[in-house]
Amino acid sequence: MSANMFWLLWSATLDTLFMVAVSALIGVAIGAPLGIFLATSRKGELFAAPILNRILGAIVNALRSTPFIILVVAIIPFTRLLTGTSIGTTAAIVPLTVATFPFVARLIESSIREVDPGLIEAARAMGASPLQIVLKVLVPEARPSITLGLTLTVVSLIGYSAMVGAVGGGGLGDLGIRYGYQRFMPEMMLAVVVVLIVLVQAVQSTGDKLARHFDKRSRSN
Amino acid sequence: MLQLSPHSDKSAPGGSPNGPQSGHQSGQTDDDAIVRFASAGKRFAAPDGGAEFVALEDIDLAVSEGSITGIIGRSGAGKSTLIRMVNGLERPSSGRVVVDGIDVAAMDERKMRTLRRSVGMIFQHFNLLSSRTAYANVALPLEIAGVSKAEIAKRVTPLLDLVGIADKRDRYPAEMSGGQKQRVGIARALATNPKVLLSDEATSALDPETTRSVLALLKQVNRELGLTVLLITHEMQVVREIADHVAVLDRGRIVEKGDTYSVFARPQHPVTRTFLEGVTGVRLPAFVTEKMTSEPEPGAEAVVKIVFTGPTATDPILAEIGKTLATDVNILAGAVDEIAGKPYGTLVVALDQAALAPAQALIEERGLTSEVLGYVR
Repeated sequence: MSANMFWLLWSATLDTLFMVAVSALIGVAIGAPLGIFLATSRKGELFAAPILNRILGAIVNALRSTPFIILVVAIIPFTRLLTGTSIGTTAAIVPLTVATFPFVARLIESSIREVDPGLIEAARAMGASPLQIVLKVLVPEARPSITLGLTLTVVSLIGYSAMVGAVGGGGLGDLGIRYGYQRFMPEMMLAVVVVLIVLVQAVQSTGDKLARHFDKRSRSN
Repeated sequence: MLQLSPHSDKSAPGGSPNGPQSGHQSGQTDDDAIVRFASAGKRFAAPDGGAEFVALEDIDLAVSEGSITGIIGRSGAGKSTLIRMVNGLERPSSGRVVVDGIDVAAMDERKMRTLRRSVGMIFQHFNLLSSRTAYANVALPLEIAGVSKAEIAKRVTPLLDLVGIADKRDRYPAEMSGGQKQRVGIARALATNPKVLLSDEATSALDPETTRSVLALLKQVNRELGLTVLLITHEMQVVREIADHVAVLDRGRIVEKGDTYSVFARPQHPVTRTFLEGVTGVRLPAFVTEKMTSEPEPGAEAVVKIVFTGPTATDPILAEIGKTLATDVNILAGAVDEIAGKPYGTLVVALDQAALAPAQALIEERGLTSEVLGYVR
């Protein structure tokens, strides 16, 4: 592999990491509160607001069911509005984030719903406010499961970030398409795939380790 | 704050000697009640808009300060709803629930949260946070109340000592046994210095030996801290072991209540009797029950259950019957027990039909109760 190729690969990897990191951060910043709200706002729950719950749930479902590649194209005007362009790494962050936050919301919602309702009752009996119940009981108890969910989110984001390469998003996917496919350089394609595999492996094993660290539910820890 | 003098609240102590006397009604007066239900009821709307479900109706109950009161009932009798009305997890639909002088039904949610700090609660499945150590679980109610870290440390360590799990302070619930978990639960419930402790089937998930040790701990905190304990259970054993007072709940209503000894010694309601069967009753051997008939037959002997209670529980009644009536008394089954620290005995005997009436009179005379179970040849 030539020095030039290596340089291209390195810079594409950095682009991918940048896209994944920024869209994961914004996606979690929007998705986590949304997920917590979805998990606690049905009838009779802590922040009961059944109508809003249903509306937000419908929006999340709509975004989740739109194929990513269509989402990328469909929200181009919105992407332009935010970043001034529709191509390049920064522009790619917009569709990635829009695809991520509903995913994060649903994952966090299901993690929170898994927490034993008896704990909510115990916290209420202690005089905890709904916000205290979320911060001191629900989130800490759901943390192992949330950690695994966020790991899954980052892994999917790496995949999606390669897909935005197809529409000029930059990063490893873009490199693989332009050099590996269009210029017919199979060694470049192979290198891109290997880097992606290594990234996914690293994210997954870090996430698993963190989740095990947070999980105090089995005696083996 | 203005305090009335001890005499001024009882109006005109010298006057009206013929006034109504309340002394004969019940041993438990409302004056020292820390928790009082006054015709409290709870209805739940049916989810499909149909008829309302009546969970509790017309509950009148006074829990005196410093007592241990047990509420017993089958599952679905309304026990859980009843105990949850004390700390406002359920609001009464009618009537009042007064805790330490405060009407719970009239409070808004914010004030209710403050009140809940003076009412601790323990649960059947402990409800400890799996992500927190024993220490941090006990610290939780204090964190919620906004107590500083230093104050929390000063409070939690002695509590862990009190419940006997100081060595488990850094252990997670998954590393503890059921009994240890319930001890953490008790320490957690005591953290905010409550006046009342609610126990929701706290020993139902524990084995008999652990149950006894947890009940002993509850009795200890009741005695040492002067804490009022209100417990619900479906096990008469639990009531017998620690409760001073008992109320029997059946289909949303209190069907019998009183001090534990009287209720156990002279149960009035069939539901109470059913609950008591496994605890105080004696089982007749099969060879007797097989031959027993409900109608007297010529030549059959009467099977009589004698219940010994109170100070006469240890008197030699059988020898007396034998001697006075010159008849033979066969003992079929018997047990001597202790309820609320007092002796309680049951004896099933067979005696000649001719001697039955005078024997029952003699038993009555001694202040004991008897019941004819049947006849056997």
